[in-house]
This record gives sequence, C-alpha cells and structure tokens, in this order.
Amino acid sequence: MIGRATGKAGKSGKPSRGRAQFNLRGRLGLVVGTLGLCSLALVGRAVDLQLIDNDFYRQQGDARFLREIPIPTSRGMITDRNGEPLAVSSPVESIWGNPQELLKNPGRLPELAKALGIPAEQLTRKLGQRSDKEFVYLKRRINPDEAKAILARDIPGVASQREFRRFYPQGEALAHVLGFTNIDDRGQEGVELAFDDWLRGKPGAKKVIRDRRGRIVENVDLVRAAEPGRDLTLSIDRRIQYLTYRELKRALLETGASSASAVVLDIATGEVLAMANLPSYNPNAVDGSHRDAHRNRAVTDVVEPGSTMKPVTIAAGLAAGVVTPDTLINTNPGWMPNGRYRTTDTHNHGVLTVTGVITKSSNVGAAKIANMLPDRQFYEFVHRFGYGSAPGSGFPGESAGVLPPPDSWYGTTKQTMAYGYGLSATPLQIAEVYAALANDGRMLAPTFVKGQRNEPRQVLDPAIAHEVMKMMQTVTEPGGTATTAAILGYHVAGKTGTARMASGGSYSRRYVSLFAGVVPVDNPRFSMAVVVSEPDPSRRGYYGGSVSGPVFHNVMQGALRLMDVPPDDIETWLAAQAKEEAKRKPPVAIAAAQAQAQAPSQVAVQGAVR
Amino acid sequence: MSARVLLMVLVAANVLSAIAVVFARHEHRQSFIALTRLERARDELNIEFGRLQLEQATWAESNRIDQVARTRLGMKFPETSDIVVVQP
Repeated sequence: MIGRATGKAGKSGKPSRGRAQFNLRGRLGLVVGTLGLCSLALVGRAVDLQLIDNDFYRQQGDARFLREIPIPTSRGMITDRNGEPLAVSSPVESIWGNPQELLKNPGRLPELAKALGIPAEQLTRKLGQRSDKEFVYLKRRINPDEAKAILARDIPGVASQREFRRFYPQGEALAHVLGFTNIDDRGQEGVELAFDDWLRGKPGAKKVIRDRRGRIVENVDLVRAAEPGRDLTLSIDRRIQYLTYRELKRALLETGASSASAVVLDIATGEVLAMANLPSYNPNAVDGSHRDAHRNRAVTDVVEPGSTMKPVTIAAGLAAGVVTPDTLINTNPGWMPNGRYRTTDTHNHGVLTVTGVITKSSNVGAAKIANMLPDRQFYEFVHRFGYGSAPGSGFPGESAGVLPPPDSWYGTTKQTMAYGYGLSATPLQIAEVYAALANDGRMLAPTFVKGQRNEPRQVLDPAIAHEVMKMMQTVTEPGGTATTAAILGYHVAGKTGTARMASGGSYSRRYVSLFAGVVPVDNPRFSMAVVVSEPDPSRRGYYGGSVSGPVFHNVMQGALRLMDVPPDDIETWLAAQAKEEAKRKPPVAIAAAQAQAQAPSQVAVQGAVR
Repeated sequence: MSARVLLMVLVAANVLSAIAVVFARHEHRQSFIALTRLERARDELNIEFGRLQLEQATWAESNRIDQVARTRLGMKFPETSDIVVVQP
C-alpha cells in the first residue's frame, strides 16, 4: 500500500523520473479483480455450504452435541379385582459407560470395578472387547441409591440410565397367573405375556444437547411423547388366591403329592377368581428357579378327569332321554368286561338309581348309561362341553385336552370314557364344565380380565342341568364319596375323581386325585376344580374325597365368607348347632335351642369367650 | 411509486415475521423446558406412588397378615362350634 501510494505521489509530483512507465490502472484492476474473485469464491463456498449443500456440516455439527434420546416409560400395573397391586414397575438405574472414554483413563478402572463390585480384569477385558463402541452396560438394574454412589465418583465416561423393574408383592402364590418379564421388560409368561401389548408403554424420544461427558445440557425438542403402559385389572381376588395357594400347599405337604393345581371360577361371569399351582417359584427372582415350576399346570397340563366326568355322562343320558334320575341300573357284580380288562367298582353297589351312580361313583353304572347312547351322539355331547377344544381364556400355552373322535375309537372306548379315562382335560376345563352345569347349562369361556364377558353357549337343557346338580349334591351329603367337601350352612354339589396316571401305554400305580364342585347349589357362585397328582397312598389315601375334597372345603368356606355369600342351607346349620348344644348341656338342650332365638347376643358372647 | 410502497410493506412484513419466528422459537424452547420439568415432577410422583404401593402391598401380603394375626396378635379362625347362627 505504502509503495503504491509513493508511486502515485511520484507520478503526479515528478513525472520526469526516468523509470519505465507502468500501467497503473491495469495493475490496480488486476489486484482488485483477483481480490474480488477470491472473495467471490469465498462467498460462493459460503453460499454452497449454507444454502445448497448444507446437510453435511449441519449433521456433523449436530452429531457432536445434539442427540435424540429415548424417554423411558413404565409398564402398566396389574391389579386384582379390588385394585390391590399384583405387579408393579419400580424404577432402577442401569450404569453404562463409553469404552472409548473409559480406556483413556485406565488409572481409574480399578476404582470403577470396585464400585461396581466386579473384578478389575473382567472389566478391562469387557471394555477391551468393545473399545470401538461408545456404549456398554456396566451394571443393570440396581438400586437408585447405589447408582448415585457410583456416579458420585465422577469417573469420565460413566453415566446412568433409568429402567424399570417388575415387582410382584404376592410372590409365589400368584406366580403362574402373572408370569414374569425379561430384562428388557417384555412379558415372558402368563398374563405378562398375553397382555404384553396392553401393558407395555411406548418409549418416547426427545432431542437434547449433550456435553462431552454425555450429560444433558439442554432439552431442545420433543420428538415423540412417551406413552406409559396401561393398567390391567385382573379377575383374580387376591384373598381367595392366597387361600387357594395356602390350602393347596398344605394338601401337598400332608399327602406327599408331587404337584397340585386348583382353579376357582365365578359361575355367572366365567371370571377366574383364583388359580394356583404347586410347585411354584418366586417371580421376583426367576433365575434361580426350576423351569418345570414355571408352568401354569391348571391351564397347560392335562389329566384324565376320572369320575369327575360322570355328571357329563349322566347328563348325556338324561338329554338323550334314555334314563331318568330314578331309572334303576344294575351294577351287579361290581364289574363288567371292558375288552381284555374289566370296568370295576370299589365295592359291589348292587342295583342303583341314576342318582345313586353319582352318589356312589359307580364306574359300572356310568359305563352302562354311556353304552345306551350311539358313539357319535355321546362324542358330540362331550365335545360341546369343551373337552378337546381350548377354553379360549387367552392364556398363553392353553391346552385343549384330548378327546379322540369316534372314528378312532375301538371296542370299548366309549365305555371307558364314561368314567373319565381315555380322554383328558386341564383343571381349568373341568372347572368350566362344572360352572356350565351350575349355570343352567350355559357354557362360558373363562376370562382373566375383570368385567370381560364372553358369549355364553347353551350346551344343556336347564332342567337337566338342575337334575344333575341335585344328583351331585348327594355326593357331599352323608353316604356320598366326598363328605369332606361339605360346608356347613351351604349345599355343595360336586364330584370326586381318582385317575391312575398313564405311563408307557398302561396305567401305573400312581394316582391323580380330583375334586370338582360348585357352591351354593341354590344360587351357584363358585366352581372349583382341585387336582392333586401322585399323593402318597400311605398318608391320606389317594381318593379324590380324602385328598382333594378338604382343599375344596377349606377354600370355598373362606371364599363364601369373603364374598359375603348368604348360606342356602341354614336348617342343617341350626340342626347341627342344636345337636352341639344338646351335647354340651343335656338337661336344658331344648330350652337352650329355643332361648337362642330370643337371646342370640348372649349365646354369641358365650361362644366367643369359650 | 406504488411499487416502492409495496416493497416497503413487504420488507416490513419480512422483518416482522422474522422477529415472530424468533419469538415463537424462544417461546417453544421455554415451554418445552417447562414441560420437561413438569413431566419429570410427574414421573417422580408416579414413581414415588408406585413405590409406596409396592411397600403397602408388601406389608399387606396375605401370608404376613396371616402370620402376624396368628402369632403376634394371638388370633384364630373361629371353629364351627364357635359360630352361632341366628334365625331372623
């Protein structure tokens, strides 16, 4: 600049200087032009970067600080029919690290390993394998306080992320119905699996500005709002469920059985009020448990229904009009031929009425009634009751049971089926059949969701259903096979069953003891099936009446009280009480029984004090 | 003349809309921050609620109540003979 200024001055001041003249204008033009071109190129590049090809650098820039991160959301809660929580998601923290960042400070790795509670070399190996990655879980699902302690050490490249863990406060008692979730919060078994889509929330996404250490500096934008999972109200009643589980466990201990299942259905709605199985597992610590214990036997495992089939056989006979409740059946001499084998009764019951066949549980009687029916008709009747088809409860792994069609029958299959061999069903199916008998012959698919109603299906004439109920009532009355299942103050209709377990094409000496029943008879509320497998015959025997009957009695007695079901047989109760009173103070027995009506509170106090 | 007026109006509108964009953007950012804060508060409350429910459920676990009633409180289930039926 100075040189040029001097040149200018020289030219104007002393034009006579003898130097070679140069084209000032031309040079000036050249310089200005070059500079102009340079700046044009710069502007052009700027325009190119800013307006035309702006994606590349914007992406690069954003990638360095702008991140889209997921917004975690919790899984819906599962509650029982009264709103008591059965499965709750609670937040836990997962510690993650950036291997690239961590490996820059190898000096702090032992400290980190100690904080995480893992050997230092294991951590180093883990990070070494993932040295080209930017994310690795260091420890998943730990207590938030514990996570805070690790983060407080301020080790570069370590951060935490919120996750949710499932807790099951009811533990083992409800494990099979609820199932469990895996580490990624997806349902694996039971209701958790069946309603996974409903329970699972949709994680959202948001844009944030992060600093070099991965900490969030600013929330920029919401990409997608998180949708929390929806809650699910089950039809299960927590109290009946616990009662069922407790009684089943007691029966298992007392009889030395290997496994047991029980189902309680609400007859009017088909809702499952309780469903328990043993052996069970702790859903809060699934890892240590045996895989075999995870199965919901009440829904997945089939057993031969044994004598619990007889009411269906009798109903078939009544519906076809071949017998009436008072038709006499001759069961002499207590057995009849069945191919190469025999159909036998426990004793020779002689001549029985059709009601007597149920009361005494006569195999011969049931077989004779079934033999009066054509194969196809018998098959179709039994099939209508849901044998051989899945109940449709929506529970994962639901078994349909086995009901062979008539073309595959040979010789005496029908005769065998009449008392519950040669076909199989799950405990849920058996409870469903009894619910249908109690529900005026209307079959309802069971449901696990409160308030859900499946379409009822009329499978039997209501009048016949009532007659069968009346017959089944005799089973729990004196002289029947299941007096252990009787409940004071209520009429109980039910049927015992004992099946020998099939193994390798023949029947073994191992037994399945069943009891299925409904209560109260006048206005049926509950249907319950109890199945106990392999009871030790030397303890309480193996008959359904002695093994499964007491479970039914204990659970139903509690359930009737819990659900405020009024007694339908108060006369028997009063009579039993009067007898008790008479025993206690013989001289004034009648007076006491009369006085009791006038002064109930006094007697009640006495009773309570004693 | 009218063209110049039109230009002026357009320039003014342009400037105004630019300011409006900046303002809206700022507003959005502020609202989003407030939303995030409130959501976090909501989540914390929900989580606290869940934790309390879990705690309640643990205390109210049937097995525990059964044990406490029987052992600590000395309660028992009434026997059939302890119950008196009253006919209305």
